[in-house]
Amino acid sequence: MASLNVRAALLSVSFLILALGMWEMATQPPAATEATSEYELLMGVSGSESRVPPPSAVIKVAWAELSNPFYDAGANDKGIGIQLAYSVYRVLTGYLAAMAIALPLGFLIGMSPLMYKALNPYIQVLRPISPLAWMPLALFIIQDSDASAIFVIFICSIWPMLLNTAFGVANVRSDWVNVARTHELNPFKTAITVILPAAAPTILTGMRISIGIAWLVIVAAEMLVGGTGIGYYVWNEWNNLDLASVIFSILMIGVVGMLLDLALGKAQKLVEYKE
Amino acid sequence: MSKSFLEVDGLSKVYPDRQGGELTVFEDIRFALQKGEFVCIIGHSGCGKSTILNVLAGLDEASTGNVVMNSKEVKGPGLERGVVFQNYSLLPWKTALNNIIFAVKARWPSWSKEKVREHSERYLKMVGLDHAMDRKPSQLSGGMRQRVSIARAFATQPELLLLDEPFGALDALTRGVIQDELVKIWEETRQTVFMITHDVDEAILLSDRIFLMSNGPNARIAESVKVNLPHPRSRATIFQNPAHQKIRHYLVDFLVNRSGSALPEQDGSPRVVDPSTDELTSEPVPAESETKTETTARAVNA
Ligand SMILES: Nc1ncnc2c1ncn2[C@@H]1O[C@H](COP(=O)(O)OP(=O)(O)O)[C@@H](O)[C@H]1O
Ligand SMILES: [Mg+2]
Repeated sequence: MASLNVRAALLSVSFLILALGMWEMATQPPAATEATSEYELLMGVSGSESRVPPPSAVIKVAWAELSNPFYDAGANDKGIGIQLAYSVYRVLTGYLAAMAIALPLGFLIGMSPLMYKALNPYIQVLRPISPLAWMPLALFIIQDSDASAIFVIFICSIWPMLLNTAFGVANVRSDWVNVARTHELNPFKTAITVILPAAAPTILTGMRISIGIAWLVIVAAEMLVGGTGIGYYVWNEWNNLDLASVIFSILMIGVVGMLLDLALGKAQKLVEYKE
Repeated sequence: MSKSFLEVDGLSKVYPDRQGGELTVFEDIRFALQKGEFVCIIGHSGCGKSTILNVLAGLDEASTGNVVMNSKEVKGPGLERGVVFQNYSLLPWKTALNNIIFAVKARWPSWSKEKVREHSERYLKMVGLDHAMDRKPSQLSGGMRQRVSIARAFATQPELLLLDEPFGALDALTRGVIQDELVKIWEETRQTVFMITHDVDEAILLSDRIFLMSNGPNARIAESVKVNLPHPRSRATIFQNPAHQKIRHYLVDFLVNRSGSALPEQDGSPRVVDPSTDELTSEPVPAESETKTETTARAVNA
């Protein structure tokens, strides 16, 4: 009996082949003799272009794009690597800015019941706001589409980090805090050597949720602000009616999102501890 | 009044009760410890032993009264008072050795890295754990964790060591082994120790004096029982001393029959008793019922 991993891998591959096969079959171009429908004539598209492209077409696009991911042939024609890099850059910038605020503020809220009570109402109102709802205001105030997209990432990734940090810090076992107290550690040292490592797993969980949300939001934000980035790329290819490229970029969004999550997962492993 | 190393004067702890009144857990606790003494405190669950220990540690505040150590009032936690908690309280993300290094660094910030490490390793060796120094607490058994915790407390060489039922969560065999270790370390260092236990035999093995607490609410430290047995002691031979039996009878009798009504002296200090020489106030427990009494005494205190 092969190991579970091997069997799972075999099954995964068979599912993939099955799905691609069905997709390929379902998207075969119709026989040439078939008349184009009135609708298609009206829309000015001929038969094969209005269909979802078969996987073979997507693979062809993927091959072309991935063999030269960083070419730059003007505003509307940049390689997928460049577009993804723009998006990752915006996500990381907004995310790091959110981190710079959420972690210290979360510490403060977690350590001080007074601050918690004072700030909690604002957090509860601001948190459920869809990050994209901030976009018009951001565009008006910041007057810069790139920075506005980064602001939207900032605002959507701050909440899980803030709440998890506050929760993690507030729930550090009092025994460990007492160990710090009996060893006369000052508040700063206590925060760094006891509370931070104790709360780190909870904080990292928040950070992992945040990066996931940020990656979801950047696509939508870039569709709105345009110019560069993977969200803009998807929208642009849709306007070009290049569905094979749309499907390819959807897959790339998934892959990059998975890599970001994987990186945070690794970081989470590093700070985990067993009691 | 001659100055003792530690003086506890008129401690009480009052909580508001649910009916809007007050609940006095314990009151007018007064006693003194001399340098180098090992004192255990025994009393039924809930009478306030942990609270008293936490007040001495500076982790909790009494409602009235004060604690003076070395002529200085205790106002908060400090490195001159080491605490061993019942649940070990090791930092789980640090290895056994790093847990001790953490404490030693806090105690002597000016020491070099090598000196800190050498000192920490020595204390880990003292509790027989030098082979496990790179393991995290989660990879250690309960007994090993408590040994690390004891090593950490001794390594900072506090003037007063406070232990809150340090062996309460361990099985009897492990407990015996660590008791032996504690005896050995204490004979070497002669630390001043204040320890809570619910095990009569453990108290006799370790202490110079045993404080007996009456039941709460309004609990008092009613008696201070002298343990008149020579040092060094050993778990294997201590039973052979006739004084051991007398002390043991006395303690069990207090816990079973008298802890509800016992009171200290008029001036509030514990009544000093030496069962090895004093006439017993109550009938000695008949031999055949002794084991039963013992289990009762332990059960009520567990
Ligand atoms: N916040 C509180 N409100 C009311 N009573 C409390 C509170 N905290 C502790 N107590 C009471 O104080 C008493 C002493 O507790 P503790 O010192 O842990 O006793 P021991 O260690 O002797 O078992 C207990 O009876 C407990 O019910
Ligand atoms: Mg207790």
